[in-house]
Amino acid sequence: MDTGVYVKAYDAPALSRRDILRYAGCREETPEVAALLGTCLRETAECFSYRVCFCRMPITGDGELLDFGVFSLRSKDLSKALLGCDSVFLFLATVGISLDSLIARYSKTSPARACLLQAIGTERIESLCDAFCRDMAAESGGEVCSRFSPGYGDLPLTVQKDVFSVLDPGRRIGVYLNESLLMVPTKSVTAFVGIRENGNRGVK
Amino acid sequence: MTFSEFLKTNTVLLDGGMGTPLQEKGLVPGELPERWNLTHPDEIVAIHKAYFEAGSHVVSANTFGANSLKFASEELDAVVCAAVTHAKTARDAFGGDRYVALDIGPTGKLLKPLGDLDFEDAVSVFAETVKLGDRYGVDLILIETMNDAYETKAALLAARENSELPILVTNAYGADGKLMTGANPAAMVALLEGMGADAVGLNCSLGPKDLRGVVNALLEVSSVPLVVKPNAGLPRSENGKTVFDVSAEAFAREMADFVRAGVRVVGGCCGTTPEYICALRKAVEGLPPAPITDKARTVISSYTHAVEFGAAPILIGERINPTGKKRFKEALLAGDMDYILGEGIRQADKGVHVLDVNVGLPGIDEVSVLTRTVCELQAILSLPLQIDTSDVQAMEAALRRYNGKALINSVNGKAESMAAVFPLMKKYGGVAVALTLDENGIPDSAEGRVAIAKKILDTAASYGISGKDILFDPLAMTVSADGNAARVTLDSLRRIRTELSGKTSLGVSNVSFGLPARDVVNGAFFLMALENGLSAAIMNPHSAEMMKAYYAYNALNGQDPNCASYIAHADSFLAVTSLAPVATASVDDGKTALQTAILRGLKEQAARETAVLLEKEEPLTIVETEIIPALNTVGEGFEKKTVYLPQLLMSAEAAKAAFDGIKAHMQKHTAETNEGKEIFVLATVQGDIHDIGKNIVKLLLENYGFAVLDLGRDVAPEQIVETVVRHQAPLCGLSALMTTTVPAMEETIRQLRQKAPFCRVIVGGAVLTEEYARKIGADAYAKDAMGAVRYAESMLKKN
Repeated sequence: MDTGVYVKAYDAPALSRRDILRYAGCREETPEVAALLGTCLRETAECFSYRVCFCRMPITGDGELLDFGVFSLRSKDLSKALLGCDSVFLFLATVGISLDSLIARYSKTSPARACLLQAIGTERIESLCDAFCRDMAAESGGEVCSRFSPGYGDLPLTVQKDVFSVLDPGRRIGVYLNESLLMVPTKSVTAFVGIRENGNRGVK
Repeated sequence: MTFSEFLKTNTVLLDGGMGTPLQEKGLVPGELPERWNLTHPDEIVAIHKAYFEAGSHVVSANTFGANSLKFASEELDAVVCAAVTHAKTARDAFGGDRYVALDIGPTGKLLKPLGDLDFEDAVSVFAETVKLGDRYGVDLILIETMNDAYETKAALLAARENSELPILVTNAYGADGKLMTGANPAAMVALLEGMGADAVGLNCSLGPKDLRGVVNALLEVSSVPLVVKPNAGLPRSENGKTVFDVSAEAFAREMADFVRAGVRVVGGCCGTTPEYICALRKAVEGLPPAPITDKARTVISSYTHAVEFGAAPILIGERINPTGKKRFKEALLAGDMDYILGEGIRQADKGVHVLDVNVGLPGIDEVSVLTRTVCELQAILSLPLQIDTSDVQAMEAALRRYNGKALINSVNGKAESMAAVFPLMKKYGGVAVALTLDENGIPDSAEGRVAIAKKILDTAASYGISGKDILFDPLAMTVSADGNAARVTLDSLRRIRTELSGKTSLGVSNVSFGLPARDVVNGAFFLMALENGLSAAIMNPHSAEMMKAYYAYNALNGQDPNCASYIAHADSFLAVTSLAPVATASVDDGKTALQTAILRGLKEQAARETAVLLEKEEPLTIVETEIIPALNTVGEGFEKKTVYLPQLLMSAEAAKAAFDGIKAHMQKHTAETNEGKEIFVLATVQGDIHDIGKNIVKLLLENYGFAVLDLGRDVAPEQIVETVVRHQAPLCGLSALMTTTVPAMEETIRQLRQKAPFCRVIVGGAVLTEEYARKIGADAYAKDAMGAVRYAESMLKKN
């Protein structure tokens, strides 16, 4: 298996207004919110740079222990999510840092705008992850499980340190981990995506 | 021959990638390549030898990630020592002009304000590696793969402060032609040349073909040798192996084109091997090294872009300055950073190209306030800044921290001034505004001012500072005091341009001092100055006449294609429209027009309706009968979950617009200030840079009539305590988003208990809970902004 780290750039994935409003905590789109959202979408039209870096790792393991070759961890929930998989894509997706600066600026002058920009960023990064996982499903030929990120269930955020040492994403796509184990750009996601090859039982 | 001498007369061949050969020899992902200096010495020597054999003049020691964030100091010393030794061992087998570079890559951390590594900490990290490399005897320093302007500056500063060696600096530009944090090639060249890099350029990211645009952009502006060190294209997976999509021959061909175009230092990055360097050597052998020409550009930069003087006129916004501004002074003394930032944002929105930053005020610690203001402005705005201070220590501190090449305001013809400012310029880079005055005052003739300009140029040259980094200010004097004053200034402008090829700047509005309708005179003088060659104006962008003059001049002078800018701003030149409410604006059932505007979150409409109401009603009546009831409706709706967060915020902003109108009205008629009010002190605690939640709390508190003093983010416990004590503030709100900064919150509360027992503390932020808040000793926990408002209402009288 090629365990090299690769980078993929994406065009803007299709945009869901409904999801943006949901992330903004808004169940009803008044004309005024719609107008402001329109302004924010226009302002962010050129602001994203969609990139993913990833590698494929073999998994062996038993029970809660998962061994990816380059690092290993214990997690009941991730083991469950990777049941039957014999390899996994580890990926880090980001929409870039321009939005963070824009949010910093508007949080001084218009918290409403900052709030909608946050929601747009969340929708963008989620859509990017979905697009990447669809690609991986097509490329791998096997069955692809749903993605599972550090912080979900019992998988601790400290796993981010291993993820970063394997993917080295600062150099590759400009994503960094801060002391609180949060990522910068803030609209970035790391996740494991298990692959079940037909007839293979992999992780038990 | 030293490397510097070699660089002067030769096209220099660097080496290729280190990662690719290391992986072939068994390095696995996650393993630190620098540790191989200790564990696999023969493999490292062999790789260096292969590059020298292929034709490299310079090999980089295996120190890319050798820094104190990744290695303990003893191991770091051993790693760098071994790395340099291996490169030298390899070199010993070859004769002639062969050099060893200390290779310095990024720390792997992002600097503040985007990340959490402090600038000075980054400088210290790099300094440690530089000192080791220098001690173990490298010939030059290669700072490479930097994708952030600020970190690049930290590395270059550390190299300059701890070594005399030649320094090459290369950045990793993306497919968009910019660094990850936004800098374009012109911005990086301005920053790096300003700080004395011996050669600049690019490495990594992409193959040579895809970097052609960046290479051309660099060639156009760079006055030092250019370094190009691309990848062998992009990696892809083929039969279970990583392969790169550009062959050695194609790579060499593209690179030879770059050398023909003027690039002087070439090599390869990821995916390139000795085979690539060998092909490259053959392709460039016999090509004459292109001469290096000084592009003579007068240029400053921010962390995203450069601003050049000499083409279209440059507007420098003058509003961040306390002189004659009561509200600004109040904000400075109170540490109200948001007010100051607001002045910056408003000027940026008006289209200025540079912001002047002056925070000089008696009783203020200018060193820390100026530095903080510069950093906070750069966190939210990408305009270059003009550091404006007469305090040399404050100037140095701000220049050191400034992310880019700053405009410096100012130096003058006095020996003392030049002796203070020029060394700072030499070290940190910058363009200085040079006032044509000296020990004998301001000459009243153009000859006199031009003579001082010449003296300044000569003195600058003795410090190694080129005339292109001086922006002369021949001083606009008051025409009401001396009818000839404007004429002398204009003559000086023209002569500096024609006789000294100098660029110029003026504080335009001084000319009209003492006259009525000053704006009219300012606008006319600005036009005359532009016609006499003025390159930049320090001005008030809210002045209608100045802006009219600016746009009209550009359109008339062939600097505004299709008059597009003029047309785009034409509406703002016309008289202000009447204050009458928009007839078609609908009004909700049972609500007034202002209430409707607030409920719907319409800022402009709220401001307009307030102005209309102020013509017939008392300000406080409007607050009580219009604004507060509307706010209550929204607030209750939010608590009942019928109004959602974006709507709540939009309504709050509309209410703020209404309040701003009322405040402005009251200040005209009374001297209303926050004096005598009980103050609510608000801060995001030390170490925490997330302030969106805190800003929402501030907005809502202000809506509800509380006097809020916002200390901003990353605020030390001592500063919070000192402010609370000084204002005898009965309430203090602290915010933290990160678990790591909760201890700072706890410490702040502890100090408040000790020194300000009268103050109640309310806390909030993503990581806090009711229980956690109690545990760290807070009086109350706010689950959201309305929670903070309700608590404040229960504790404080508003006015």
